[in-house]
Amino acid sequence: MALSTEDIKKIAHLARIEVSDSDAAATLSKLTGILGLIEQMQAVNTDGIVPMSHSQDVVQRLRDDVVTKTNQREAFQKISPAIGNGSEARAVDGGLYLVPKVIE
Amino acid sequence: MINSSLKTLAQMLANKEISSVELTQTFLNRIDAYNPEINAYIALDHDRTLAQAKAADARIAAGSATPLTGIPIAQKDIFCAQGWKTTCGSKMLENFIAPYDAHVITQFDNAGAVNLGKTNMDEFAMGSSNETSYFGGVKNPWDFSRVPGGSSGGSAAAVAARLCAAATGTDTGGSIRQPASLCGFTGLKPTYGVVSRYGMIAFASSLDQAGPMAKSAEDCALMMNVMAGFDERDSTSLNRDKEDYTRELYNSNPNKPLQGLRVGLPKEFFAEGLDAGVAKVIEDAIAEYKKLGAEIVEISLPNTSLSIPVYYVLAPAEASSNLSRYDGVRYGHRASEYTDLMDMYCKSRAEGFGAEVKRRILIGTYVLSAGYYDAYYLKAQQIRRLIAQDFEEAFKKCDVIMGPAAPSTAFKAGEKVDDPVAMYLQDIYTISTNLAGLPGMSVPAGFATSADGKPLPVGLQIIGNYFDEARMLNVAHQYQQVTDWHAQAPTLDKPEGTA
Repeated sequence: MALSTEDIKKIAHLARIEVSDSDAAATLSKLTGILGLIEQMQAVNTDGIVPMSHSQDVVQRLRDDVVTKTNQREAFQKISPAIGNGSEARAVDGGLYLVPKVIE
Repeated sequence: MINSSLKTLAQMLANKEISSVELTQTFLNRIDAYNPEINAYIALDHDRTLAQAKAADARIAAGSATPLTGIPIAQKDIFCAQGWKTTCGSKMLENFIAPYDAHVITQFDNAGAVNLGKTNMDEFAMGSSNETSYFGGVKNPWDFSRVPGGSSGGSAAAVAARLCAAATGTDTGGSIRQPASLCGFTGLKPTYGVVSRYGMIAFASSLDQAGPMAKSAEDCALMMNVMAGFDERDSTSLNRDKEDYTRELYNSNPNKPLQGLRVGLPKEFFAEGLDAGVAKVIEDAIAEYKKLGAEIVEISLPNTSLSIPVYYVLAPAEASSNLSRYDGVRYGHRASEYTDLMDMYCKSRAEGFGAEVKRRILIGTYVLSAGYYDAYYLKAQQIRRLIAQDFEEAFKKCDVIMGPAAPSTAFKAGEKVDDPVAMYLQDIYTISTNLAGLPGMSVPAGFATSADGKPLPVGLQIIGNYFDEARMLNVAHQYQQVTDWHAQAPTLDKPEGTA
């Protein structure tokens, strides 16, 4: 299927990546080449072939329902994103992550 | 000393001919001299490294050394190492200091090895030339105008330029073997599930596998003894008995050490697209194997050419899911200006990811989107099984498979960077083993002369059946007993201003 720049912008939105109009046009030509490569698959008859997701046919392990992790909130929040240009400020406050307001 | 095997270094450390601090300082001095040009390392912390070396010396003195205690190892920057900047070659993680250790890092720490630093790589391991790294390309030590291969390009250059005793890498579609071929050293991608992926930044989880990059098969075996093993923190880690990967190296018949070994040559690996100079080196290597007692069998892997299309559906699909975690909320890059939460996600990801990573996320998002799943993702998974079945058939006729690891020698920086499809074809001989989950190696087999007259390394690929790493390592080791391609190192010009 041939893609348009509108398709690129739609896919980019699904992937939560902002693209400008000029980026979308450049991306379109590259993606068209890659999708052309992928199209080779369609010539293969795969009727009745069981899809393979992993090389080893293993089942998911179960473990006892016990606590295995310790609380490392402080260590993990130390690496929260920097906010404000070049300042030391971090996107945390009182143990909570700061994000733009989502509920009015 | 910089050319010594891991075994020799361990003996020198045990005999007190050198200390780990001295050995480590020797490599750090070389890194300080050559890294500004080669750009193999993107995070260095001499104090932390030397503290580990000092601790290793104490352990050696106390008589509790392991075979890798005090050995300086370079770690690909895809492995989280507590307190170390861990970027995965991306602006997204430019300031990410890992709060915990990857399983592989823990294993090396427990063995008493010394972490020399974190090595450069293609961004999120997506690339075959190291040119997608946010921190700049890496120079191939054999010819600074050429790429080292990728994605483990920094580890590759570090091993080839003797800026470490050995290094770690990861291989999703050829990222250990292709750079090993282009830089002329020994690299092994183990069977999927043998080395834990815990703390290894995810690209395509059903294909990602870590392995050793070193100067010889014997060194790789010693590294495997540390890296391999069950880890319950990785849901696809395989619960198998601990193996000694050196076990087959020292007990062969000295005259015909590989007597009776059936070597399969897939005709598809010697077809159109293979550089003539590379083909000649591989033929010579096969002739050498015949002298060692191997029997050559022609085999076919008919779906080889489909491995690239299949890979470029499955790997981007898995990547688009894995990389959705980078949203700028809890760690990683956050855009400085945005209007609302959606805008924050979109801008943070647009700024944090490079062009190739974005392309793969978009491909993955597209093939997984409503209405296309069966035509792309499911179809690719079905062909993946056909590819695995090709190998299953082939291994009924042979013990190991041999061929080239890469279709050409190292190419010039910038040559393929604007043509993703040409870059993807670099992995034509390596990707199918990732899809099947099989182990594969690249072993130095000689040199091919480039158009501009440079001798450039060529790697022989050895593919084994599941869990056959010990045999493959011996197959490579026996070749390295009668050839010295693996021992050759590039001559580096002394940087300006040094004695």
